[in-house]
Amino acid sequence: MAVANVSAHDVSNHDHHDHEHKDNFITKYIFSTDHKMIAKQYLVSGMFWAFIGGLLSVLFRLQLGFPDMDLSFLRPLLGGWIDASGKLDPNFYLALVTMHGTIMVFFVLTAGLSGTFSNFLIPLQIGARDMASGFMNMLSYWFFFVSGVIMFASLFLEKGPAAGGWVVYPPLSALEQAIPGSGMGMTLWLIAMTFFIASSLLGGINYITTVINLRTKGMSFSRLPLTIWAFFLTAVIGLLSFPVLFSAALLLVFDRSFGTSFYLSDIYIGGEALPNTGGSAVLYQHLFWFLGHPEVYIVLLPALGITSEIIATNSRKPIFGYKAMIISMLGITILSFVVWAHHMFVSGLNPFLGSIFMFLTLIIAVPSAVKVFNYLTTLWRGNLRFTPGMLFSIGLVSFFISGGLTGIFLGNSAIDIQLHDTYFVVAHFHLVMGSASFFGMMAGVYHWFPKMFGRMMDEKLGHVHFWLTFVGVYMVFFPMHYIGIAGFPRRYYSWTNFSFSDMYTDLNMFVSVAAIVTFVAQFIFVFNFFYSMYKGRKASPNPWRSNTLEWTTPINPGHGNWPGEIPAVYRWPYDYSKPGAKEDFIPQTVPLSATPESNLPHENKLVQLEKEIMAEEGDVLVANESKES
Amino acid sequence: MEEKLAFVEGAEQPLSMHPKKFALWLFIVSVVMIFAGMTSAYIVRQSEGNWLEFDLPDIFWYTSAIIILSSISMHRAYLAAKKDDFNTLKISLIITTVLGIGFLVGQWYSWVALVAQDVYFVGNPAGSFMYVFTGLHAIHLISGVIFLIIVLISSLRNKIHSQNLPQMEMCVTYWHFLGGLWLYLFMFLLLNH
Repeated sequence: MAVANVSAHDVSNHDHHDHEHKDNFITKYIFSTDHKMIAKQYLVSGMFWAFIGGLLSVLFRLQLGFPDMDLSFLRPLLGGWIDASGKLDPNFYLALVTMHGTIMVFFVLTAGLSGTFSNFLIPLQIGARDMASGFMNMLSYWFFFVSGVIMFASLFLEKGPAAGGWVVYPPLSALEQAIPGSGMGMTLWLIAMTFFIASSLLGGINYITTVINLRTKGMSFSRLPLTIWAFFLTAVIGLLSFPVLFSAALLLVFDRSFGTSFYLSDIYIGGEALPNTGGSAVLYQHLFWFLGHPEVYIVLLPALGITSEIIATNSRKPIFGYKAMIISMLGITILSFVVWAHHMFVSGLNPFLGSIFMFLTLIIAVPSAVKVFNYLTTLWRGNLRFTPGMLFSIGLVSFFISGGLTGIFLGNSAIDIQLHDTYFVVAHFHLVMGSASFFGMMAGVYHWFPKMFGRMMDEKLGHVHFWLTFVGVYMVFFPMHYIGIAGFPRRYYSWTNFSFSDMYTDLNMFVSVAAIVTFVAQFIFVFNFFYSMYKGRKASPNPWRSNTLEWTTPINPGHGNWPGEIPAVYRWPYDYSKPGAKEDFIPQTVPLSATPESNLPHENKLVQLEKEIMAEEGDVLVANESKES
Repeated sequence: MEEKLAFVEGAEQPLSMHPKKFALWLFIVSVVMIFAGMTSAYIVRQSEGNWLEFDLPDIFWYTSAIIILSSISMHRAYLAAKKDDFNTLKISLIITTVLGIGFLVGQWYSWVALVAQDVYFVGNPAGSFMYVFTGLHAIHLISGVIFLIIVLISSLRNKIHSQNLPQMEMCVTYWHFLGGLWLYLFMFLLLNH
C-alpha cells in the first residue's frame, strides 16, 4: 500500500500549485484535509485493493478451472499453502473466496467508489470550498487505511485470514475450532471491519452535512446533479445500516472472545458439547443482512449516479426523467431496508414472512426498471460521443439489465430453494452489483481524470480496456448461470468428487481463462492511469463540454476550489442541446437572462425575477465572499 | 410551475445549519441505529424461547431518576448560559457532571445486583443482552461526561456566554439524547424482559 501511495504523491506533486498557504509534504500529501487529495488517496488505495482482490480471484479460479493442475509455480507467492503435490490448500481456498468478497465489497466498491467520488465531486459539484469538516474527512481516510493495514496483515497469518465467507456466519466464524481461518484471521477481520465502519460513518456524516448545508447560491435540491443525489442517498443508507453491522460484529466479538452465547447453541465438536446454550445463529443473519442488503445499494447507487451524469453529457441530451431518476433512487433507498430476509429464504424462515419479503424484493424491480428506461431514452437519438467514460457507462447499463433480470428469479422464494448458494447467485450479483459498480467506477475515473490530474487519459487505450473488460466480464459470468442452474454450489473447493457436479469442467476452464484475461486487461488501465498523470495530453478547462460546476474551476483547482467567489447557479445541470442555444450545452452558471434565445416560455417569466434578485443580493454576496477569504 | 418553485427556493440562501451541530445529529442517528439493531435482536432472540427470566435490578429506577435530574440541571445550565448567568451556569454544569458520574456508578451497582441474582454476562443471552445494553450505553455516557467536562472547563474560562453557544448547545443535545436513550432502554427492558 505504501508503494501505491507514494506514486500518487509524486504525481500530484506537480499538479498542485497552492499559492494560498505553504504545506509541507506531510500535511499536503499524507495527512491532507483537502477533499481532492483525500479523494485521490481513496482512489489509489481502492486500485491497490482491486488488484489484491482480483489476484485472489485468479488464484481460486485456477483451482476451479484446472483442478488437476500442478500449482507448484505459485509456491514463491503462496509458500506453504501449496502442498507437496502442487495442490492449493483447501482451507486457503476458503480464505481466498472470503477475502476476495470482503475486499471487493468493502474496500474497493464502498471505500474506493464512494470514498473517491463522494469526496471529489460533492464539494466541486455543489459549489463548496471543501467538506463540512476536513479533519473528519482526513480521519475517515486514515481509519480506512488502518483497517486496510490490518486486513492486509491478516493475509500473512500462519493459519490464514478469515475463511468463513465474506458474510462470516457464526457458528463457523465464532468457533476457533471450526476452521483455521476462524482463529486470529477472524479476529483481525473483525478489528479491521470496526475501523472500516468508523471510517464509513465519519465519511457519510460529512457527505450528508456538506450536501445539505454547503450548497452554493441557487443550488436547490431540484438543481443538484444526479451524481450528488446518488452520493447523498448512499451516505444516508450507510449511516443507517453500518451501525447495525457494528452491533452484529460486537455480539460476535463477545461470543468469540468472552464466551457469551448470542449466536451459539447446542454445538458438539468432536463429540463434546460446548457450554454455549440459548443462542441463535439466524439472529446474526438478520443483523448482518440488515446491513448486507443496503450495502448492495451503497455499492451500486454511486455508480448509477456517475452513469447518469456521463450518459447525459456524452449523449448531448438532457437526462430523461430527472425527477423520475430521483424518485426511483429514493425508492431504492427505502426499499433497500425492508428486503434483507431474501438472503435468508432457506434459513428456516417462516414461509409466510418469506412471501412478504419476496413481494417487497420484487418491487425493487420497478425503480430499477425506471432507471434503465431513463438511461436508454437518454441515449436514444442523442449525439453520442463514445469516450471511454461513456462506454463504461453504457456497459454498466448492460450489466444492470442482464444481472437485474436474474434478480427477479432469485427474489422468488420458491425458485430460490433450487438456486440458493449456487453459481447462479454468483453470476447474478457479480453482474448487477460487482461489474456494474466497477464499470461505474471506471467510467468515473475516465470522465473526471482531467479534473483530478489536469491531464487526459489516452482514449485508444481506454477503448481497448473497455472492450476487453466488457467482453471478458460476460465471458466470465454468463456461463456461471448454466453452472448454477445445474446445481453447482458456491465456495466449494472442488466438484469432481460428486457425481452431480463432475461435468462442466470445460465450462469452468473457459470461465477461468476469461477471468485471467480480464484481470490482465486491467493493467492496460493501470498503465494508462499512471502514464497519463505525467505524460497525458494537457486537459482543457471543460474537456467534455459539460454543464456542472466542477468544470468552472481552474484546471488544477487549489485549496478552496475557486480562486474568486463561488459561482452561483441559475439552472439545472442538464441543459444540453437546448433548442435555439448557440452551443449544445449551457453551464449551470449561465443566468437565464443571458440566454433569451433558448429560454422556454416559463423560463422567460423567471428572467425578470432573476434580475431583481441578482441586483438585490449582489452586494450581500460580495460582502460575504470577502469575509470568507 | 415546478421550475418557478425551484427558482424561488434557489434564490434564497440554501438551508443552512451549524455544520457541527448537524453532524452531531447524524452521529445521534447512527447511535440510534446501533441500539435499534440491538433491541430488535433482543426481541427476535426472545421470541425463539429458551429465555432466562429474572427481575430487573431495582437500582435502575434510581439511576433513571438520576439521569432525569441531570437533564433538568443541564437545561438549567443552558438557560443560564443564554442569560449570561455565569454562576448558575457553572454550578449547574458541575451538578450535571456529578449526576452523570453518579449514574455510571449506579449502573455499575446494577451489574453487581445482576451478579447477586446469578445473572452473568456469559450464559443465557437474556442476561448477556442486559450487560450489553447497559455497558454500551455507559460507554456512550462516558463520552458524554467527557464532553460535559470539556464544556465545564470552557465555562470556567468564561468562554461560554449568550454570544457563543454552539458548543454548549451540542453538549445539551447530546446529554438529553443519552438520557432519553437510557429511558428508552429501561422502558424496553421493563416491557420485554
